Amino acid sequence: MKIFSSLAPAAVLCAAAWTGYLAAPIIPGAVFPFAAVLIFILGTGWRIARWLASPVPFNITVTAGQQKSLPWISHRKTENPDNAFYAVLRMMMEVLMFRSLFRNTMAGRKPDGTPAYGSSKGLWVGAMAFHWSLLAVALRHLRFFIEPVPAVIAALEAADNLFHIGTPGLYLSDIVLAGALGYLIARRIALRSLRDLSLFQDYALPVLVAAVALTGVLLRYFERIDILAVKEYALSLLALSPALPAGAGVIFYMHITLVSALAAVIPFSKISHAAGVFLSPTRNMPGSSRRRRHENPWNAPVTVHRYGEWEDEFRDRLIKAGYPLEKSDGGKI
Amino acid sequence: MAEKYSQEELLRRDSAAGGLPGPHERVILRRGRYSYSGNPKHVKYLGLPNPREWQPHDEDWKLPENWKEIILAGFRDRLKKYRSLKLFMDICVRCGACADKCHYYLGSGDERNMPVLRAELMRSVYRRYFTLSGRILGRLVGARDLTEEVVREWFYYFYQCSECRRCSVYCPYGIDTAEITMIARELLNLVGVNINWIIEPAANCYRTGNHLGIQPHTFRDNLEFACGEISEMTGISIEPSINRKGAEILLVVPSADLFADPHIYTLYGYLMMLHEIGLDYTFSAYASEGGNFGLFHSHDLMKRLNAKMYAEAERLGVKWILGGECGHMWRVVHQYMDTMNGPAGFLETPKSPVTGTVFRNAASTGMVHLCEFTADLIYNGKLKLDRSRNAKYRVTHHDSCNPSRAMGLLEEPRYILNSTCGSFHDMPENTIREHTFCCGSGSGVGTDENLEMRLRGGLPRAAAVRYVRERHGVNMLSCICAIDKATLPALMQFWVPGVEVCGVHELLGNALVMEGESERKANLRGEPLTEAADEKE
Repeated sequence: MKIFSSLAPAAVLCAAAWTGYLAAPIIPGAVFPFAAVLIFILGTGWRIARWLASPVPFNITVTAGQQKSLPWISHRKTENPDNAFYAVLRMMMEVLMFRSLFRNTMAGRKPDGTPAYGSSKGLWVGAMAFHWSLLAVALRHLRFFIEPVPAVIAALEAADNLFHIGTPGLYLSDIVLAGALGYLIARRIALRSLRDLSLFQDYALPVLVAAVALTGVLLRYFERIDILAVKEYALSLLALSPALPAGAGVIFYMHITLVSALAAVIPFSKISHAAGVFLSPTRNMPGSSRRRRHENPWNAPVTVHRYGEWEDEFRDRLIKAGYPLEKSDGGKI
Repeated sequence: MAEKYSQEELLRRDSAAGGLPGPHERVILRRGRYSYSGNPKHVKYLGLPNPREWQPHDEDWKLPENWKEIILAGFRDRLKKYRSLKLFMDICVRCGACADKCHYYLGSGDERNMPVLRAELMRSVYRRYFTLSGRILGRLVGARDLTEEVVREWFYYFYQCSECRRCSVYCPYGIDTAEITMIARELLNLVGVNINWIIEPAANCYRTGNHLGIQPHTFRDNLEFACGEISEMTGISIEPSINRKGAEILLVVPSADLFADPHIYTLYGYLMMLHEIGLDYTFSAYASEGGNFGLFHSHDLMKRLNAKMYAEAERLGVKWILGGECGHMWRVVHQYMDTMNGPAGFLETPKSPVTGTVFRNAASTGMVHLCEFTADLIYNGKLKLDRSRNAKYRVTHHDSCNPSRAMGLLEEPRYILNSTCGSFHDMPENTIREHTFCCGSGSGVGTDENLEMRLRGGLPRAAAVRYVRERHGVNMLSCICAIDKATLPALMQFWVPGVEVCGVHELLGNALVMEGESERKANLRGEPLTEAADEKE
């Protein structure tokens, strides 16, 4: 049920794009993207500000390797950073290489019924392929927004089109993205435990990304949209005087609408992990909390059982057992 | 207790489908998988909310009338205080990498023990009351009303998490289920939903200074008893020092070390070694607990119990603090103590008076782990060790959750073990160091009534021990945690009979050649040195 209903948002967005295309193309062509950019920027700012508004009261680093203690014991610097530099390195490993996910294992049962663990890199490969190809696709799109096209972007595009399969050339990143997205969605449906824990949005969001990709692929490889017209349109958006591309069909408006919706939903959905991961207190702090004191801005006042009260309460026994006392004459402290 | 279960029975996992329960779905609390409620006497003593007679299997939990407002206000308050909570509520993508990392999920098969789903129990309430999409779209986006059924389910599942943080190691965003569980338990405790195995030790500790409620005279008796045993075994007499002003170092150990078996042999090890190197140290009967069951209750109670260490160090005028073998104690000492009860300006940067080594890694907190201290002694050749006295042991090491994942104390105990035993074999790498599995009884759930869940949750650890037992004939499981020492023996007896449990410093005490000692015929347990340990085979 969740799986089928998760197709609905993308379908509704496509219908909206279609209606807009027929009635007033300026709405999907300009209103949606402008609104989306605004929501994305304000929303992301709000989301990050909301996180930052709460302090980090304690150093709760998760240490994933040997601490720095005695000089002759080999210290795992990026798994258990001792200073800010290595904490940044650790975070880079996490963001660029998905370090933690790389540790993934799969538990199974041996014939005697006890658990055993095998290497399981599927999720890591799928996640790396998905995120990096998505980045490549996004960077490629920059050529629509920048004139002249920077050499880096042109080189990236050339590399992406390395094999020159068909005309226009088939992008490797498109293939990788399709494969990774397919794998991630299929995995969610195929594994029972994952199916049980998945929510509507866990399907709806990848479906939305898939719809963006699908309309993009249709535009490039099938509709063969006029690239120059699109570029003029993109630059007109940047100049805040939108001029719709002549001859663009409904698929184009669907692509714009879907990508607008995706951008707008980022700050309000789990996709906000892209920003949130940088703030994760178990990963972005050095584990050196005994070397350098971490301060808690709201350090809560509490009642404690003070030594004097303790000595008073156990005075007779303390005397009998021969303890040295603060108040040895038997009086109260 | 364990006799009523069979291995075959506990190897069968639940097939019950999980998923997020509906807000009005009653989760069945299965006997053997939860602990009893806090005794109102102790709840009252600590001044905690809603002391009353009740049990989890009662129909009526006697929650205060405005329980829902209390929990939601507490939730809102904690979202403001903890960035971790806000973030962990928002950014999970439910990739499922954590799912099969939880020992309770592996052992029970109950899908709500998958860390992601455990967190969703709370996240769903967060969505309903603190996010726009949840308020508008409700169930569709996984938002749930907070109902009494939800409170029951939180009680059941957040006390089926031992805050071991294994799942967090694998999480691509570092989401820490321990943090979520800690705050869920705080919210439950706001309305008096608690368990006695946490409340009673905490009340004892607040009053007497230690979890077991050992009063000062008994504390002295126990230490003197231990010294008497050592004298009988070695011919060397040791005078215990307690509450002594002017000592250089304050030694704080988990109180179980003075009282429980096999903990006490570890205490012998400490006492012998510290005597041998002539360390100027004192115990304290006021700060007579290293552990901190407050950690399993709330940040506030953790702080209240922990405050004694610094207060006593200041009163006695010591230079720094040395801490014994205890798991969650070191979570508190390493990650909370300085922040909560520091800065401890009256302490110095710890320096070993024997080797001159300065423990810069403890410069601010002023507290050193005994394994760090001992490893340094051995490395500098300050201890004379005879490994042959541990010849009958084939040893493996259980990394305790907290020293591993909240500190990174991994090589120090191994260095000591390799220096004191001739036969050491690590378990498979997916089950040790930062990947280590919980004993199944951590975070205050080590009760008799919770035994089934403990045995199930302990299965991954036990299976790894079984592996090295079959391969290398391992018969001794060493650990550096008082809860481990209390619960692993039963776990071993059930899953891997023939494996005993010890502390690292017990093996050190066996191997330690003391100046002027009489010939040792027995180890610290009073067993002959050479006879095969596992006659049962």
